[in-house]
Amino acid sequence: MTPASSVLLLTTLTGFGYGLLAWLGLFNAAGALPRGQWFGPVVIVVALGFASAGLMASTLHLGRPERAWRAFSQWRSSWLSREGVAAVLTYLPACGFAALWWFWGQDAAATRALGLVSAAFGLVTVGCTAMIYASLIPIRQWHNRHTVPDYLVFAIFSGAVLLAVMQAAWFGHSGTVALVACLAALLALVLKFAYWRFIDRQAPLTTLTSATGVRQAAKMHALDQPHFSQNYILREMGFQLARKHAAKLRKWTYVLAFIAPAIFCALAAMDVAPVVFGVLALVTTGAGLFLERWLFFAEATHTAAIYYGHTI
Amino acid sequence: MTSLPQPQIGAKKLGLVIDLDTCVGCHACAVNCKEWNTGGHSAPLPDYQPYGVEPDGLWFNRIHSYEAEGGSCGDRTVNFPRSCLHCEEPQCVTVCPTGASYKRAEDGIVLVNADICIGCKLCSWACPYGAREFDENQGVMKKCTLCVDRIYNETLPEAERQPACVLTCPSKARHFGDLNDPASEVSILVALREGQDLMPELGYRPTNKYLPPRKAKIPVSAQPAPTASTAGFGSALLNLVDRVLSR
Repeated sequence: MTPASSVLLLTTLTGFGYGLLAWLGLFNAAGALPRGQWFGPVVIVVALGFASAGLMASTLHLGRPERAWRAFSQWRSSWLSREGVAAVLTYLPACGFAALWWFWGQDAAATRALGLVSAAFGLVTVGCTAMIYASLIPIRQWHNRHTVPDYLVFAIFSGAVLLAVMQAAWFGHSGTVALVACLAALLALVLKFAYWRFIDRQAPLTTLTSATGVRQAAKMHALDQPHFSQNYILREMGFQLARKHAAKLRKWTYVLAFIAPAIFCALAAMDVAPVVFGVLALVTTGAGLFLERWLFFAEATHTAAIYYGHTI
Repeated sequence: MTSLPQPQIGAKKLGLVIDLDTCVGCHACAVNCKEWNTGGHSAPLPDYQPYGVEPDGLWFNRIHSYEAEGGSCGDRTVNFPRSCLHCEEPQCVTVCPTGASYKRAEDGIVLVNADICIGCKLCSWACPYGAREFDENQGVMKKCTLCVDRIYNETLPEAERQPACVLTCPSKARHFGDLNDPASEVSILVALREGQDLMPELGYRPTNKYLPPRKAKIPVSAQPAPTASTAGFGSALLNLVDRVLSR
């Protein structure tokens, strides 16, 4: 599948935003955050800012962005529609959480409760995004049990890094949050390893004989193409990434997205220049997860490409 | 609504039956499809740089050619027209966030309402057959309409109320009809010729059926390919000439 920057931005930025919102709600409910009247509302604004930027980016790839509002209507059947509905609904508890934090204080029972509700809505939105991909039957690298947990863990990992940076910048230390971010990075690393191991061992979903209905043939191969140049199907679904390039990019992903942030977060957790290492962790996480998401698309194959003789 | 319609008892299931035994791969169906549909229900079907170096464009029907080896049909070329199969479980419909993509309850035709399509392209990802193509100019998705504007068109003579691809096929490899009616010509063809679903393992339950090539009547045995002689006086002479000239 051709990686479109709008969708890469959507999935990574909303992961940061909703992950941040989720951790703020959770940590505050647990009473594990330092006291600060401004801190909560500012974090919520940043979280919603990331999520909104991602959602705005996703409208860039629409053919008719002015009609985007219509996407809220088919939540009964469409995960894309559910994602839109969940994303909009998340603004309500999140804004309420910010307001209660400001007016009633971060320790009020209602504030804590609404923080948890916000966390749940944010993670449900990430889950809906993941289900858009996980529900697509023709793409074996997406339609599997890895996609949804991976998206959720990548969101909570990137959100934890972001919260660690903000807490360090605000209060000068990020102790527990940075430790959580470090552990989340390691969990994300394990999941990504398991995902790549899984897709490398998957069998193709179909064969050319099944795709053409010529089941009595022992084997088939493409002879003449329907057209000499590109078409929509090949541009959108015929993206091919050389195996050697993929191997190199996977190594970079491991380092940038997971190993470097884990080390930086561990240093921040030990109070070694928590702001500096927090920012370094954030930068590597952002670049690494963008690369990870690029590979998620670039390595995905679509059954329609088999008609053009591609390996799927 | 992008939820699938409740199956109606006795409702028609209109579709195509394509005979891979007699298809000659002439692309006439694709051309006539383009010709009709660029003025039809989903008009226009744009071309991008039609006279440029990399011509590109939107087609509802594309004709592939394959070489089949081994098995009962023998080694042969198989021409394969590919278009929307008007599936009974069309995921392209259920993933649509706007309701633009829909399946008609009365005859099973899958259509796009271009007036509310937002051009998110998710339906084209959900189609395992690559049947949907994007109109880059209008920013909306388009697909085979089964010539819905021909088959019910009372201004056309009755014999012409068929999809453009079926009417034009010079080898009569394309057939149109109600696959829910066991007595229809298409259903009989499917029963007689063991009509096949494409990628049945994915569970989309396509309506269109493909009739596989008939059994090869003439046994084909593998012949060794003739090779250029590399020994003897002739090639020694050529080698000598080559060496002299290469100096």
